[in-house]
Amino acid sequence: MSTEWKVPKMADLAAAGKEPEILFWVGCAGSFDARAQKVTVAFTKILNECNIDFAILGQEESCTGDPARRAGNEFVFQMTALQNIETLNMYKVKKIVTACPHCFNTLKNEYPALGGNYEVVHHTQFLQNLIDTGKLTIKGGGVFQGKKITYHDSCYIGRVNGVYEAPRKILEQLDNQLVELKRCKTNGLCCGAGGAQMFKEDEPGDKRINMERTEEILDSGATIVAANCPFCITMLQDGVTASEKQDDVMVYDLAELIVNNNGIH
Amino acid sequence: MLLQQIFFALVTIYLSYRAFNLFSRIRRNILLGEDEDLTDNAPQRWKNVFLIAFGQKKMFKRIVPAVLHFFIYAAFLATQIELLEILIDGFFGVHRFFADKIGFLYPVIISTIEILSFLAMIATVVFLIRRNVLKIDRLHKPEMKNWPTIDANLILFGELALITGIVCMNGADVCLQEVDPQNYHHTGFFAISSWMGPLLFGWMDAGFLQIVERFGWWLHIGTVLAFLNYLPISKHLHIMLAFPNTYYAKLNSRGEMTNMPSIMNEVKSMMGIGDAADAEAPPADEELPAFGSNDIFTLSWKNIMDAYTCTECGRCTSVCPANMTGKKLSPRKIMMDIRDRAEEVGANMDCGESQYIKEEVRATAKKITKENYDDGKSLFDYISKEELHACTTCNACVEACPVMINPLEPILKMRRYEILTDSAGPKDWVPMFTSIENNGAVWQLPDARDKWTEELN
Ligand code: SF4
Ligand code: SF4
Repeated sequence: MSTEWKVPKMADLAAAGKEPEILFWVGCAGSFDARAQKVTVAFTKILNECNIDFAILGQEESCTGDPARRAGNEFVFQMTALQNIETLNMYKVKKIVTACPHCFNTLKNEYPALGGNYEVVHHTQFLQNLIDTGKLTIKGGGVFQGKKITYHDSCYIGRVNGVYEAPRKILEQLDNQLVELKRCKTNGLCCGAGGAQMFKEDEPGDKRINMERTEEILDSGATIVAANCPFCITMLQDGVTASEKQDDVMVYDLAELIVNNNGIH
Repeated sequence: MLLQQIFFALVTIYLSYRAFNLFSRIRRNILLGEDEDLTDNAPQRWKNVFLIAFGQKKMFKRIVPAVLHFFIYAAFLATQIELLEILIDGFFGVHRFFADKIGFLYPVIISTIEILSFLAMIATVVFLIRRNVLKIDRLHKPEMKNWPTIDANLILFGELALITGIVCMNGADVCLQEVDPQNYHHTGFFAISSWMGPLLFGWMDAGFLQIVERFGWWLHIGTVLAFLNYLPISKHLHIMLAFPNTYYAKLNSRGEMTNMPSIMNEVKSMMGIGDAADAEAPPADEELPAFGSNDIFTLSWKNIMDAYTCTECGRCTSVCPANMTGKKLSPRKIMMDIRDRAEEVGANMDCGESQYIKEEVRATAKKITKENYDDGKSLFDYISKEELHACTTCNACVEACPVMINPLEPILKMRRYEILTDSAGPKDWVPMFTSIENNGAVWQLPDARDKWTEELN
């Protein structure tokens, strides 16, 4: 297929006097991390396929400030957050979708106190809504049919923001066998990356947190782990690789699973 | 009889007064924290109190301890009625004041109390076994050494004393109703003591029975009064504080860290945005204010109430990803440390020595206040940076706590102090901070933010 994938930029649309329906907030990981870029691309393809009127900020986007704030650096958080809010308000952004739970949480729950009020959805919810409204159909008999898939609840989508059903509904559509991990939903176990842990060495201990989670995943017997956070994906992939199971267990984002299932290339 | 009445009144009034003072001290200690308004949306707050405090909703995530704990809790609530009667009897020198006033309800109420007490006794024994024989993991972490473990066992034994009191008091009474109906009026059938009483005490004569009855009565009220004076130094304080603590628990999203308007406004004026741009910049020579928390004075009062409410159950620690992978961080320890520190500060304030007043104002200060307090120590003497740095902010502890304690908030406040006021913190974080500040991204990379779009087609 030779579809021309479009990624409109906010600035270009504004110059043409247009306001897109929704802003796709890509985030640092989605922009720079090689693995997360694949998720960004997959989600962009879905947005294109479903003819969603969207745009990205491109160079005008900055880190939301989540890791700085949670590390304790309120100055850096405020600087980047206020800058983003200036940009978002300038473009009169009303609705934002992002594939990163940390960006999602900060935009949704923390920007209002700084003067940034938007309707923010995570791509998990957005995808589920596309399916519910019939804009996106998951093809039957896809590559995942009959496969054992498990889902890793990210802290900031699950426990912090209470979204447990949307990802599971999407996975059920893929015609696979969904197995739950022992610690799931409200009891989900962290991958170890949050709270700015991603950006430093672990404190002394007997084990890395991602290994604790990986062991549980391996115990579940699933061959595919679905996640919806770029940091979880990195952590779990590291865990699977460290356990030398990278050929048996695949770690994917929900958007990637849909793209692969539907053969969107 | 009169002598007993006077003795009862003196003991009860003295011990209640003493307990009142101890509770006032705790209230004072809690209020050493910063003010925080947590009164919005009262209907939702009451709903939480009913579901989570009264209904013990969050306990039921772990069914075995939940059911056992519920027996003790229900017995505790129900026994309050009997306690009321004991107080009336004691002060006015009457016997079983309610018995002839509420008719058939009386044996129903007493029977309920008896059945619940029986279940509570089973639960207490199981808890003692779980704690001391089975050694359930979460009850034996390093922070549980010594006093916390003794405390937990003392309470369980106290529980057994209370129940023993009820058995003796009611059981002997039932027997006395047979041998001395003149003084011990018939009260109707009691679910347990009506058969257990004769079984245990049936062989005794009236005099002996009276002694057993009084023993049970005094054991019961004595244990209650002792408990009341013991609670302030015990994790058992949660039987009172769980209710207000649930009421005042934050209602906004867990995902929201408390904003710091002072920093926000400063950054706004630096960036020349909003109303802050017009506001006058603070004079350059002014001492930089401290940000974040290094002591109880800069935590909020709710953080300190959280600490006093902690039951030391370790549900938080047992789900903490850092703790389970061998890191030093234990959210329960964070709460216990805050309480210990509040106790230390409170005790120093009570002793009133001027060595606990900041040196600059020592000469002029009349008494120790939270503004002038200084003992050269801080919360960092209790909580190490290593612990603070290990937290992933996963909120598992917040979710797990049955009494709505938030151990994450003080952790993050102390991180703020370390970074903002002490300009310290893990050095690995520095490149992340500078990169966000200079490049708007967590990593310092040469690529453009939208480079990924080029490879799309
Ligand atoms: S938020 Fe921090 S302290 Fe609480 S469970 Fe998670 S890692 Fe542990
Ligand atoms: S903070 Fe809550 S969960 Fe943790 S030990 Fe205390 S009462 Fe238990």
